[in-house]
Amino acid sequence: MSSPYYVSPEQIIQDKRDLAQRGIEQAKEVIALEYNNGIVMVAENPLTTVFKISEVYDRIALAATGLSPEYEALRRYGIEQAEIKGFNYNREDVTAKWLTTVYSQSIGANFREWDSKPLEVELLVCEVKGDASSSNRIYHLSFDGTFGEEEQYAVIGGRADSIVEILEQEHREGMSLEDAIRLGIKVFETIEADVDEETSEEPRYEIAADTIEVALLDEEQERRKFRRLPTEELEKLF
Amino acid sequence: MFDDRDYSSSNFIEVLRQKRPDLLAPFHTVNPPTHSHQTAPVSGVSAKSDLDLLEGTTVLAAVYDEGVVIAGDRQATDGFQVGERRIEKVFEIDKSSAIAIAGIAGLAIEMARLFQVQVEFYEKIEGTMLSLDGKANFLSNWLRANLNMALEGLIVVPIFAGYDSKQAQGRIFKYDAIGGRYDESTYYAIGSGGKDARSTLKKLYRPGMSRDEILKIVSEALWDAADEDLGTGGPDLIRDIFPTIKVIDQSGISDIPDSDVKALYTELLERLKD
Repeated sequence: MSSPYYVSPEQIIQDKRDLAQRGIEQAKEVIALEYNNGIVMVAENPLTTVFKISEVYDRIALAATGLSPEYEALRRYGIEQAEIKGFNYNREDVTAKWLTTVYSQSIGANFREWDSKPLEVELLVCEVKGDASSSNRIYHLSFDGTFGEEEQYAVIGGRADSIVEILEQEHREGMSLEDAIRLGIKVFETIEADVDEETSEEPRYEIAADTIEVALLDEEQERRKFRRLPTEELEKLF
Repeated sequence: MFDDRDYSSSNFIEVLRQKRPDLLAPFHTVNPPTHSHQTAPVSGVSAKSDLDLLEGTTVLAAVYDEGVVIAGDRQATDGFQVGERRIEKVFEIDKSSAIAIAGIAGLAIEMARLFQVQVEFYEKIEGTMLSLDGKANFLSNWLRANLNMALEGLIVVPIFAGYDSKQAQGRIFKYDAIGGRYDESTYYAIGSGGKDARSTLKKLYRPGMSRDEILKIVSEALWDAADEDLGTGGPDLIRDIFPTIKVIDQSGISDIPDSDVKALYTELLERLKD
């Protein structure tokens, strides 16, 4: 009778971490920026049917990157949980802090399970300020369920660190919406230009109105603060 | 707990049925009672007569040249008593549709709330709006699923109205208690004063009326319902309570403010005195 292989818990966790990190390194970035009337989220996304940024609840949006089937399931899970909570209690009781904890628990539990594949996702849970909270909130969730709160701006995806460096220089408190979107576009162009220098054979990647996804949480909207900017509106900014 | 195979439904009521059936009560009994031949047969005198339940009275809708108007009085009755003077029976579902419900008030309000969440849930999950016919059919299926309730005497009957951007016109859907769905191209009214409101609309309604004209006849229809039917509340000038009137057109849904409704009634009363 053969005895089962022994693998140390450290090794299992490390292997999972490596797998998830390799996945995230490939993932396209999504940026969330505060502007003078809310939060704008910008992603490179040439697809018109699969979104990286979506509405979860009245004041809450989700930006996600990684493996699309995995973050799509998390998106639906979040909407379900939010609607159930809002229906059971009251709409204002659904907050980004609560949703982030729900995600954190679920993603963390999945990561800890002995024989599960870790989720290759990174999420931003954004909430625009309103009656219930006095400031905007951006929570950053990792593949293992850990999370932190970010201020002014946040980035997820493979090259998040280099984007954060640019934003540290360029982001201004109280920027206008147009400036914030232009900054988002500029960041992607800068990042792509760096890649072009390294591999000069590849054609230069063009950022255009129809390859970029922009959505906002706008304080001035009525109950539902989320709004996706259509391509026609974006074209004016290019 | 999160299981990524478990989130394919864009139907919120289905989600609740599977995951939180307690929140759907009383629409769906958590543990359906087993009916045997020994128990009393379902009759019209079970649940309803044992409980003191508020009943909503008159609601109506009417199509005009640029959209549709949906309205209702503000009273609910408890037997022969006024149960509530300020109840809302007309509910916004989304930017292009609304529902008005007559019957057991507690269920009607819950039904409107669930329907509103369902329409928004679908939109968020699927990333696209449900069509007006889609919403109308959903409501029909849902009423049919609650047939047991209707048989127990817990009857709620809605009117659903909305602006159909494909057909570029306002539309009205009426229902019966078992979910039958009927398109109405002109006007309709239900509830205890529904017949009186319909009589007024029958005499005054013309296809292609303007918004101002339709508001006049809608307020007159509600006045006549209140005048003839004991359950229906009229404009209450002492407490400043006026019927709810919502207008849905291409640009969305809006409430007619109380001050405007008051003006409509002041004008109507002047005319009736003469």
